[in-house]
Amino acid sequence: MIVVENLEKSFGDVKILKGISTSFEKGKTNLIIGQSGSGKTVFLKCLLGLFTPDSGIISYDGKIYSELSDNEKRDLRADMGMVFQGGALFDSMTIEENVMFPLRMFTKQNKSEMQDRVNVVLKRVNLPDAHKKMPSEASGGMQKRVAIARAIVNNPKYLFCDEPNSGLDPKTAIVVDNLIQEITQEYGMITMINSHDMNSVMEIGEKIIFLRNGIKEWEGTSDDVFKTDNEALTDFVYSSNLFKKVRAAQLKENK
Amino acid sequence: MTYLENIGAYFLMVIEMFRKPTKWAVMKTLILKDIDDLIIGSIGIVAFISFFVGGVVTIQTALNITNPLIPQYLVGFATRQSVILEFAPTFISIIMAGKVGSFITSSIGSMRVTEQIDALEVMGINAINYLVFPKFIALMLYPFVISIAMFLGILGGLAACVYGGFTSMDDYIIGIQTDFIPFHIIYAFAKTVVFAFVLATVPSFYGYFMKGGALEVGKASTTSFVWTSVIIILLNYILTQLLLS
Repeated sequence: MIVVENLEKSFGDVKILKGISTSFEKGKTNLIIGQSGSGKTVFLKCLLGLFTPDSGIISYDGKIYSELSDNEKRDLRADMGMVFQGGALFDSMTIEENVMFPLRMFTKQNKSEMQDRVNVVLKRVNLPDAHKKMPSEASGGMQKRVAIARAIVNNPKYLFCDEPNSGLDPKTAIVVDNLIQEITQEYGMITMINSHDMNSVMEIGEKIIFLRNGIKEWEGTSDDVFKTDNEALTDFVYSSNLFKKVRAAQLKENK
Repeated sequence: MTYLENIGAYFLMVIEMFRKPTKWAVMKTLILKDIDDLIIGSIGIVAFISFFVGGVVTIQTALNITNPLIPQYLVGFATRQSVILEFAPTFISIIMAGKVGSFITSSIGSMRVTEQIDALEVMGINAINYLVFPKFIALMLYPFVISIAMFLGILGGLAACVYGGFTSMDDYIIGIQTDFIPFHIIYAFAKTVVFAFVLATVPSFYGYFMKGGALEVGKASTTSFVWTSVIIILLNYILTQLLLS
């Protein structure tokens, strides 16, 4: 379980996160939503340890991150997988080498053991024949799936995804969403996703946190989103006409 | 960042380069790749420039010796001194600041822009050690490149001298052997090692700490070239003062 208490972060005079408290449970897909500039990415990067918070506590299964030694932090980070917005695949390596990279860095497996594990995860993300391709030869959807494969190859406890659907067509976006949800349940991970994609929110958001101007404005499940009377959240989620119609139909059905 | 902050950040990066080393099996591959990119890949251009600049130094010297009392072997002597003391270690290092330095800054800068460095950090890898240390080790072979530059510079001078009809081959060879001081070679290689360190770390610094997108990668490469050259010129003066005066 990841527990966040009163997290604050500023850059210069600008306060980005203003006392966020929440928790994330094992085996659940948690979505962090909010408008651009609401603090989602900063929040995620604080959780990852890429930014040091000004104040507040982040604990991973009872271990408070700021109290860990450098070696303990390094060990903890080996338990984290991250899917970056652009994939962040190493462009000098093949897809196979990209996925194998965490194994080469953190395990003592021999080449054939690593190869077996890479085969398993590439098959799991539906890319069984992409081993020798370079990232530049892969489509956006493929790159995201390779990034997911690289993030899960070392059996992480925590999976972080920064807008995994951005730049993908709706069909591929659904494939990526479902893949993340299935893997989360299969591996019993804690998954956190930064997203703008309302389809993801409704489909895979087992817990949704809505950030607004650096504060946690709302927290609940995807079912709660339909019923909420939080104006800022409804404005954000139902900003498109399509979603407005969906909500109206849903509310009518519920009556 | 102000200049003072930049200097502080640079030295912190240098310290970080030696901390939390990357697994040797991985580091070995990175070092070999960087030797190929930075050293082997530079030999061609260094050889070409050295040969022809050596020739030009010889022609200029020969054309400026108009006094019949000055012995002809002085052409070889002057070429040797110019090539060994300044041209090979310093001039080639400025060229390498353009070739190797820009490559290092743009490759690390592109990794920063595309979040590849963030990916390394998230995995708990010391990204500075992973990216900069192999370049530093690879560039410790830089004196090998400079020794090629010295040899080809003097050879280029010989070719220009003989085929240009400025002096005989015998005179040139006597010239390059006259008053040879072995310490000059030590001085040249001492400079080369210091310049190699600058070539590995300064462009890495500008690549690693760059912010922005593709345009900023280009700007960082230019800034890196300017500062690497400035530092090499300044260190050249300081080392010459310390070692030769």
